[in-house]
Amino acid sequence: MAGCIRVQTEAFDPGVELDALARGDAGAGALVSFIGRVRDDGAHAPVLRLTLEHYPGMTEKALGAIVEQARARWELRDVVVIHRVGAMEPGEPIVLVAVASAHRAAAFAACEFIIDRLKTRAPFWKRERTSQGDRWVEARAGDAQAAERWERDAGLHRE
Amino acid sequence: MIRVLYFARLREEVGTGEESLALPAGVHTVGALTARLRARGERWDEALGGRPMLVAVNQTLSASEGALADGDEIAYFPPVTGG
Repeated sequence: MAGCIRVQTEAFDPGVELDALARGDAGAGALVSFIGRVRDDGAHAPVLRLTLEHYPGMTEKALGAIVEQARARWELRDVVVIHRVGAMEPGEPIVLVAVASAHRAAAFAACEFIIDRLKTRAPFWKRERTSQGDRWVEARAGDAQAAERWERDAGLHRE
Repeated sequence: MIRVLYFARLREEVGTGEESLALPAGVHTVGALTARLRARGERWDEALGGRPMLVAVNQTLSASEGALADGDEIAYFPPVTGG
Protein backbone atom coordinates (compact mmCIF):
# COMPACT_ATOMS: atom_id res chain seq x y z
CA MET A 1 0.00 0.00 0.00
CA ALA A 2 1.15 3.51 -0.71
CA GLY A 3 1.92 5.86 2.16
CA CYS A 4 4.51 8.34 3.26
CA ILE A 5 5.94 9.91 6.39
CA ARG A 6 8.01 13.08 6.11
CA VAL A 7 9.75 15.21 8.74
CA GLN A 8 11.04 18.36 7.05
CA THR A 9 12.12 21.95 7.58
CA GLU A 10 10.57 23.13 4.29
CA ALA A 11 7.03 24.45 4.14
CA PHE A 12 4.47 22.20 2.43
CA ASP A 13 1.33 22.88 0.43
CA PRO A 14 -1.61 20.90 1.87
CA GLY A 15 -3.48 21.20 -1.43
CA VAL A 16 -0.69 19.57 -3.38
CA GLU A 17 -0.32 16.79 -0.82
CA LEU A 18 -4.07 16.07 -0.70
CA ASP A 19 -4.26 16.00 -4.48
CA ALA A 20 -1.68 13.20 -4.48
CA LEU A 21 -3.43 11.15 -1.76
CA ALA A 22 -4.65 7.83 -3.16
CA ARG A 23 -4.50 9.37 -6.63
CA GLY A 24 -5.59 6.86 -9.24
CA ASP A 25 -7.14 4.54 -6.63
CA ALA A 26 -10.83 4.44 -7.52
CA GLY A 27 -11.52 2.20 -4.52
CA ALA A 28 -10.53 4.98 -2.13
CA GLY A 29 -13.96 6.53 -1.73
CA ALA A 30 -13.23 8.52 1.42
CA LEU A 31 -10.41 10.95 2.11
CA VAL A 32 -10.07 12.65 5.51
CA SER A 33 -7.35 15.10 6.49
CA PHE A 34 -6.21 17.11 9.49
CA ILE A 35 -4.05 20.20 9.04
CA GLY A 36 -2.48 21.71 12.12
CA ARG A 37 -1.30 25.33 11.91
CA VAL A 38 1.06 27.28 14.15
CA ARG A 39 -1.23 28.87 16.72
CA ASP A 40 -1.03 31.97 18.83
CA ASP A 41 -3.36 31.22 21.73
CA GLY A 42 -3.33 34.82 22.91
CA ALA A 43 -2.57 33.75 26.49
CA HIS A 44 0.86 35.39 26.54
CA ALA A 45 2.65 38.08 24.55
CA PRO A 46 2.04 37.67 20.78
CA VAL A 47 3.91 34.70 19.27
CA LEU A 48 6.42 35.96 16.70
CA ARG A 49 7.93 32.64 15.76
CA LEU A 50 7.72 28.96 16.66
CA THR A 51 10.70 26.60 16.61
CA LEU A 52 10.18 22.85 16.54
CA GLU A 53 12.91 20.62 17.96
CA HIS A 54 12.79 16.87 17.35
CA TYR A 55 14.73 13.65 17.98
CA PRO A 56 16.05 12.61 14.56
CA GLY A 57 15.59 8.90 14.06
CA MET A 58 13.15 8.32 16.89
CA THR A 59 10.65 10.79 15.43
CA GLU A 60 10.41 8.88 12.15
CA LYS A 61 10.33 5.56 14.02
CA ALA A 62 7.51 6.74 16.31
CA LEU A 63 5.45 8.09 13.39
CA GLY A 64 5.98 4.83 11.48
CA ALA A 65 4.76 2.82 14.48
CA ILE A 66 1.65 5.01 14.85
CA VAL A 67 0.77 4.60 11.16
CA GLU A 68 1.26 0.83 11.44
CA GLN A 69 -1.09 0.75 14.46
CA ALA A 70 -3.71 2.65 12.45
CA ARG A 71 -3.35 0.26 9.52
CA ALA A 72 -3.81 -2.70 11.90
CA ARG A 73 -7.10 -1.20 13.16
CA TRP A 74 -8.65 0.06 9.94
CA GLU A 75 -8.43 -0.79 6.27
CA LEU A 76 -6.56 2.18 4.85
CA ARG A 77 -5.67 2.60 1.21
CA ASP A 78 -3.22 5.47 1.68
CA VAL A 79 -1.72 7.45 4.57
CA VAL A 80 0.35 10.65 4.52
CA VAL A 81 1.92 12.23 7.61
CA ILE A 82 4.03 15.38 7.16
CA HIS A 83 5.47 17.28 10.13
CA ARG A 84 7.62 20.37 9.94
CA VAL A 85 10.59 21.08 12.21
CA GLY A 86 12.71 24.19 12.62
CA ALA A 87 11.43 27.77 12.55
CA MET A 88 7.96 28.83 11.37
CA GLU A 89 5.45 31.62 11.84
CA PRO A 90 1.89 31.73 13.20
CA GLY A 91 -0.63 30.58 10.61
CA GLU A 92 1.76 28.31 8.73
CA PRO A 93 0.83 24.61 8.39
CA ILE A 94 2.91 22.55 10.81
CA VAL A 95 1.39 19.08 10.42
CA LEU A 96 -0.72 17.19 7.90
CA VAL A 97 -2.36 13.83 8.53
CA ALA A 98 -4.36 12.48 5.60
CA VAL A 99 -5.88 9.05 5.14
CA ALA A 100 -7.81 7.34 2.38
CA SER A 101 -10.17 4.44 2.87
CA ALA A 102 -13.10 2.85 1.07
CA HIS A 103 -15.63 4.44 3.44
CA ARG A 104 -15.73 7.50 5.67
CA ALA A 105 -15.99 5.86 9.11
CA ALA A 106 -12.54 4.27 8.90
CA ALA A 107 -11.02 7.39 7.36
CA PHE A 108 -12.37 9.74 10.07
CA ALA A 109 -11.38 7.40 12.92
CA ALA A 110 -7.88 6.66 11.60
CA CYS A 111 -7.10 10.33 10.98
CA GLU A 112 -8.09 11.27 14.52
CA PHE A 113 -6.20 8.29 15.98
CA ILE A 114 -2.98 9.24 14.19
CA ILE A 115 -2.99 12.90 15.26
CA ASP A 116 -3.97 12.01 18.85
CA ARG A 117 -1.11 9.51 19.19
CA LEU A 118 1.33 11.84 17.40
CA LYS A 119 0.67 14.53 19.99
CA THR A 120 1.62 12.28 22.92
CA ARG A 121 4.16 9.82 21.46
CA ALA A 122 6.19 11.50 18.70
CA PRO A 123 9.25 13.37 20.04
CA PHE A 124 8.68 16.99 18.97
CA TRP A 125 8.96 20.05 21.24
CA LYS A 126 7.64 23.55 20.55
CA ARG A 127 9.44 26.70 21.60
CA GLU A 128 7.68 30.05 21.19
CA ARG A 129 9.42 33.35 20.65
CA THR A 130 7.47 36.38 21.86
CA SER A 131 8.33 40.02 22.34
CA GLN A 132 8.90 39.12 26.02
CA GLY A 133 11.31 36.26 25.36
CA ASP A 134 11.31 32.55 24.59
CA ARG A 135 9.33 29.82 26.32
CA TRP A 136 8.93 26.07 25.91
CA VAL A 137 5.32 25.12 25.27
CA GLU A 138 3.96 22.86 28.03
CA ALA A 139 2.15 19.60 27.23
CA ARG A 140 -1.66 19.85 27.53
CA ALA A 141 -3.58 17.42 29.75
CA GLY A 142 -6.31 17.29 27.10
CA ASP A 143 -3.87 15.76 24.60
CA ALA A 144 -3.06 12.89 26.98
CA GLN A 145 -6.78 12.30 27.57
CA ALA A 146 -7.50 12.26 23.83
CA ALA A 147 -4.78 9.67 23.28
CA GLU A 148 -5.92 7.51 26.21
CA ARG A 149 -9.38 7.30 24.71
CA TRP A 150 -7.93 5.04 21.99
CA GLU A 151 -6.58 2.62 24.61
CA ARG A 152 -10.07 2.38 26.14
CA ASP A 153 -11.69 1.92 22.75
CA ALA A 154 -9.21 -0.75 21.66
CA GLY A 155 -11.65 -3.55 22.37
CA LEU A 156 -14.30 -1.99 20.12
CA HIS A 157 -12.18 -2.13 16.99
CA ARG A 158 -10.72 -4.88 14.92
CA GLU A 159 -7.09 -5.21 16.04
CA MET B 1 29.93 2.81 26.38
CA ILE B 2 26.41 4.24 26.30
CA ARG B 3 25.16 7.36 24.53
CA VAL B 4 22.97 9.71 26.55
CA LEU B 5 20.92 12.40 24.79
CA TYR B 6 18.98 15.34 26.23
CA PHE B 7 16.31 17.30 24.37
CA ALA B 8 14.44 20.62 24.59
CA ARG B 9 14.14 22.13 28.08
CA LEU B 10 16.22 19.30 29.62
CA ARG B 11 19.05 19.93 27.13
CA GLU B 12 19.17 23.57 28.19
CA GLU B 13 19.00 22.76 31.88
CA VAL B 14 21.81 20.18 31.94
CA GLY B 15 23.87 22.24 29.49
CA THR B 16 24.58 19.49 26.93
CA GLY B 17 22.71 17.66 24.20
CA GLU B 18 24.75 14.49 24.13
CA GLU B 19 27.46 12.59 25.96
CA SER B 20 29.09 9.18 25.88
CA LEU B 21 30.02 7.39 29.06
CA ALA B 22 30.87 3.94 30.33
CA LEU B 23 27.80 2.18 31.73
CA PRO B 24 28.50 2.61 35.47
CA ALA B 25 29.06 -0.59 37.45
CA GLY B 26 25.85 -1.71 39.13
CA VAL B 27 23.61 0.30 36.76
CA HIS B 28 21.26 -2.07 34.94
CA THR B 29 18.06 -0.03 34.59
CA VAL B 30 16.88 3.38 33.38
CA GLY B 31 15.95 4.32 36.93
CA ALA B 32 19.42 3.50 38.23
CA LEU B 33 21.07 5.57 35.50
CA THR B 34 18.75 8.50 36.22
CA ALA B 35 19.68 8.34 39.93
CA ARG B 36 23.37 8.29 39.00
CA LEU B 37 22.99 11.34 36.73
CA ARG B 38 20.98 13.27 39.34
CA ALA B 39 23.78 12.70 41.85
CA ARG B 40 26.09 14.83 39.68
CA GLY B 41 24.89 18.00 41.38
CA GLU B 42 22.02 20.36 42.00
CA ARG B 43 21.56 21.34 38.34
CA TRP B 44 21.25 17.68 37.28
CA ASP B 45 19.07 16.78 40.22
CA GLU B 46 16.60 19.55 39.36
CA ALA B 47 16.61 18.88 35.61
CA LEU B 48 16.02 15.12 35.87
CA GLY B 49 13.83 15.07 38.98
CA GLY B 50 10.45 16.38 39.94
CA ARG B 51 8.77 17.49 36.74
CA PRO B 52 7.23 15.03 34.25
CA MET B 53 9.88 13.50 31.98
CA LEU B 54 10.06 10.77 29.36
CA VAL B 55 12.93 8.37 28.70
CA ALA B 56 13.61 6.41 25.52
CA VAL B 57 16.02 3.49 25.19
CA ASN B 58 17.20 2.86 21.64
CA GLN B 59 14.49 5.24 20.41
CA THR B 60 11.58 3.48 22.12
CA LEU B 61 9.83 4.94 25.18
CA SER B 62 10.86 3.10 28.33
CA ALA B 63 9.72 2.83 31.95
CA SER B 64 12.23 3.38 34.74
CA GLU B 65 12.44 -0.42 35.18
CA GLY B 66 13.63 -0.72 31.56
CA ALA B 67 16.88 -2.68 31.23
CA LEU B 68 20.11 -1.09 30.01
CA ALA B 69 23.08 -2.70 28.28
CA ASP B 70 26.40 -1.56 26.88
CA GLY B 71 25.93 0.19 23.53
CA ASP B 72 22.44 1.55 24.32
CA GLU B 73 21.25 5.03 23.35
CA ILE B 74 19.27 6.60 26.20
CA ALA B 75 17.35 9.86 25.71
CA TYR B 76 15.81 12.14 28.35
CA PHE B 77 13.15 14.67 27.35
CA PRO B 78 10.07 16.58 28.57
CA PRO B 79 6.53 15.50 27.57
CA VAL B 80 6.20 15.99 23.81
CA THR B 81 4.36 18.96 22.26
CA GLY B 82 4.22 18.32 18.50
CA GLY B 83 1.24 18.43 16.16
